[in-house]
Amino acid sequence: MDLEDVEHLTAGRTADVRIAGLSKVYAGGVAAMADVDLTIASGEFVAVVGASGCGKSTLLRILAGFERPSAGVVEVGGTAVTGPGPDRGVVFQDYGLFPWLSVRENVAYGPSRKKLPKAEVAAVTDRFIAAVGLTRFAGRYPAQLSGGMQQRVAIARVLANDPSLLLMDEPFGALDALTRADLQAELKRIHVDTRTTVVFVTHSIEEAVYLADRVVVMTGGASHGVPGSIRRIVPVDLADRDVTSPAFNAVKREIAELVHTAPAPV
Amino acid sequence: MTTTDAGTVPVAAAAPTVPDAPPRRGRLRTVLLGLPVPLLFLVLWHLGRAQEWELPLGIRMGFLPYPADVAAGLVNYVAGTRDDAFSSLLWEDLPASALRVVSGFVLATLIAVPLGVLMGRFSTANSLFDPMINLFRPIPATAWVPLVALLIGYGDQASIFLITLSAFFPIVLGTISGARQVPERLLEAARMLGTSGVGTLLRVVLPAAAPAIVNGMRVGLGLAWVILVLSETTGVPTGLGSTIFLARDVVQTDQIVVGMICIAVAGFLSDRLLTLFFRVLFRDRPLIK
Repeated sequence: MDLEDVEHLTAGRTADVRIAGLSKVYAGGVAAMADVDLTIASGEFVAVVGASGCGKSTLLRILAGFERPSAGVVEVGGTAVTGPGPDRGVVFQDYGLFPWLSVRENVAYGPSRKKLPKAEVAAVTDRFIAAVGLTRFAGRYPAQLSGGMQQRVAIARVLANDPSLLLMDEPFGALDALTRADLQAELKRIHVDTRTTVVFVTHSIEEAVYLADRVVVMTGGASHGVPGSIRRIVPVDLADRDVTSPAFNAVKREIAELVHTAPAPV
Repeated sequence: MTTTDAGTVPVAAAAPTVPDAPPRRGRLRTVLLGLPVPLLFLVLWHLGRAQEWELPLGIRMGFLPYPADVAAGLVNYVAGTRDDAFSSLLWEDLPASALRVVSGFVLATLIAVPLGVLMGRFSTANSLFDPMINLFRPIPATAWVPLVALLIGYGDQASIFLITLSAFFPIVLGTISGARQVPERLLEAARMLGTSGVGTLLRVVLPAAAPAIVNGMRVGLGLAWVILVLSETTGVPTGLGSTIFLARDVVQTDQIVVGMICIAVAGFLSDRLLTLFFRVLFRDRPLIK
């Protein structure tokens, strides 16, 4: 993993994601996904939905650089992904915070690795802790916080690294409904402010429609005997994301049908 | 309908790493309950000595010193009340022995922790060193003494070598098991935040493995004191162990027991000091249990 190679990306923030002909075959010959093509524009918010085992998390982990594709092209900002790097921040469902570091130290972790001046690290850290509303809890340790607060720390931690691409793997899946709604609204506001490109994997169709500019629907997957693939990409052209409005529910219904019904035989 | 593809939630607890004293509640009761058995032991010791009991395994209690003689010997060893060969000798023996224990223990830690981290994280390192460690580990330090006498000769270096050897194994094994149990998710988090390979070992593996390393170090330090007496048979002139052998040679049994007591107290205090050191180092940081 050569970090110097990817470091320059964060300065330019050109996060065009290009995935072409992507396949992933696990050891033993199990095909997780095949022929996935996806292009994401800079600043776009893309949600990925699909039934369990369709390969949506694998797709995200390949973008993060945690897993290597078996075939195909995966580029972020024009550079091939060869491993994890600070240009692609990942928010995990189980937070992945360092338990021995305080909230402030967790958020400062990324900026400190870039060898920025101390004052600058402190300023960036304070800004993102404030952005997720945790200033009062900056001295606490993760185990002393609720799940929702821990996920806020995890989001602040990657944003403090100024990533050009934000990868979120079912980030709100372990949270209760109220906390989940709060964090969705907060993420939306943060996305409007930062215009960071986001790839958001979720089980919740409502969450996908509420947050995303486009919703990628995946089908198949290793557990279904066929490799996972993109069934359709549904643009969400709703000016107002009122979850109770008829227009919102029409989009939701369309995606639900794509997720829950088998594709017509070719 | 949930897929948790990889990793588990890292479990952290807001408790200190090292086991604390028992809960404050009922402390007086704990202290009181701790007294009868040692007191009974002292009474039986005194009676057994006075009546020259013969116990199983050929234990002839007539050869023991009286507890009161041991107490007097201890005072002499500490404060020089008797004006004999052992008067105030503790203040020469203790620093000499402590220096050997600390040197051997620090040396063992400096080798064992980096090696254990590498072996715990990299299968190549593990395959390279694991057979060697398993081959040497069962050899008791006593069995090393004759060879060490030839290889190194008599003196401090031989003594330190034996202590290092004994302390090394628990520390390296503790570190390996700690390094293996680092949650994969934390390594992923560190890498995606821009940590280099070596940085991951220092910033994630080391703190995550800290409780296991500390446990290994405590066992290692305990063993260092256990081995001290043996290691001072290598002909060093001063030291708690050397004095025990001197006392045997001049048949001063009370002084033998005094030496045993001093080693026990020194071992206990050094464990408290190590624990205190880590408590100061970690403050109240929650570590992975």
